Amino acid sequence: MTVGIDLSLGQVAASLVLVLIAVAISRRSHADLEADMGIAVLRSFVQLTAIGYVIQVIFDDGSLALVLALLVVMVGFGTLTARGRARKVPSPTLPLLVALSIAAVSTVGLVVALGIFEPEARYLVPVGGMVIGNAMTASAVALNRLGDEFTQAAPQIEATLALGATASQASRPQVRNALRSGTIALVDSTKTTGLIFFPGTMVGMLLAGAEPIDAVRLQLILLWVLLGAVAISALVSTTLAYRGFFTDAQQLRDPPPP
Amino acid sequence: MQVLDGLTARIPAGVSSLVGPSGSGKSTVLRLLNRLADPDSGAVRYRGEDVRDVDALGLRREVMLVPQQPALLEGTVADNVEFAASLAGRSVSEAGVEALLGHAGLDPSFADRDGLRLSVGEKQRAMLARALALEPRVLLLDEPTSALDGEARDAIEATIAMLASELDVSIVLVTHDIEQARRLASWIVRVEAGHSIGEGCAEELLRA
Repeated sequence: MTVGIDLSLGQVAASLVLVLIAVAISRRSHADLEADMGIAVLRSFVQLTAIGYVIQVIFDDGSLALVLALLVVMVGFGTLTARGRARKVPSPTLPLLVALSIAAVSTVGLVVALGIFEPEARYLVPVGGMVIGNAMTASAVALNRLGDEFTQAAPQIEATLALGATASQASRPQVRNALRSGTIALVDSTKTTGLIFFPGTMVGMLLAGAEPIDAVRLQLILLWVLLGAVAISALVSTTLAYRGFFTDAQQLRDPPPP
Repeated sequence: MQVLDGLTARIPAGVSSLVGPSGSGKSTVLRLLNRLADPDSGAVRYRGEDVRDVDALGLRREVMLVPQQPALLEGTVADNVEFAASLAGRSVSEAGVEALLGHAGLDPSFADRDGLRLSVGEKQRAMLARALALEPRVLLLDEPTSALDGEARDAIEATIAMLASELDVSIVLVTHDIEQARRLASWIVRVEAGHSIGEGCAEELLRA
């Protein structure tokens, strides 16, 4: 499956033609997308090129310690990024760190334990990166929603606490909504996969010349592992984070306005 | 933000009322009584014991707050009543739900109504029925008639009087309406700007 595809920088640059057309349309219609799209193109170029060199070093070195270090850095960045989306959650850092770590460790551990991939940098880096990225998005969306839910439902949560409910009982609907919104995008894309959307691994393998059935099998493994890991990370982050809204005496830290 | 400052008050069993203008800190007193909040200094005692020394959840089931803003959970009124009972590990029969609705002045047909689609007055009564499912000794009622017209207000007042006399529930009523306090309460604490400015038997205090 390692059919070589040689690409020149010129070809890479030429692929921006669609972006340029979109920018031109945006300018004409005053949609103000140019700046954001420009930043997106620039950042993707810089970040991917940098990570390409880093991965090259790790592949050449072949040491698992470097792989682990890279995954730790990814979890760290993922936590910081997701934290920015969880501003209304009292202390989101630890829940996010734990959630992303569990997602990374469980996924990488599972694919190695099942013998799907050899414990080599070539496999562990992309799988780990994919899972951490998706877990970050899911946890960020979930905690963002959790913050909104708590702000909006504070009177209801406090009225339920007033009945002698525990923090967990009083915030169950809000935690459930947050969890759903964190996982719904991946659940939906998993449901429609192959119909209206071809997932990345399969596209990559087909482009690289693999047999379709091999591409499908690997894609299924990755989809299912990803679905499980992302759901677990959303679950762990919301389950840990909702406690931050309450004191030890099961009071809302930020009670509703009178 | 400081809401209460040096407030000292005694609230006996029976029907009592905290009376004062809005923003004077009355609702905060109720929140302290069932530990939805704790004071920065000083203490709140219930039956002689500092409320911070007892289990908060047990205290809230015994000294139960019905907030001013009705905030039912999704589902029918019966679902709400059953949820409340389940918090104390109890279950309520259909007849039990209807009896509780009756105590709160609601017709049995309300059991199957969507709690979120009731009028404010009906929601307040459903909140009351839900609270009664836990058989509290004390009910803390925060402005239970503030959003109601005259007729609905009279009905809630009749319900409050009935709860105190027939179910032997002590009631602490927060209201800005001195006349309402006079109609319902035998003990009155007047609150202004976070202070207590007097407490006593209703007739004595309000005559002054």
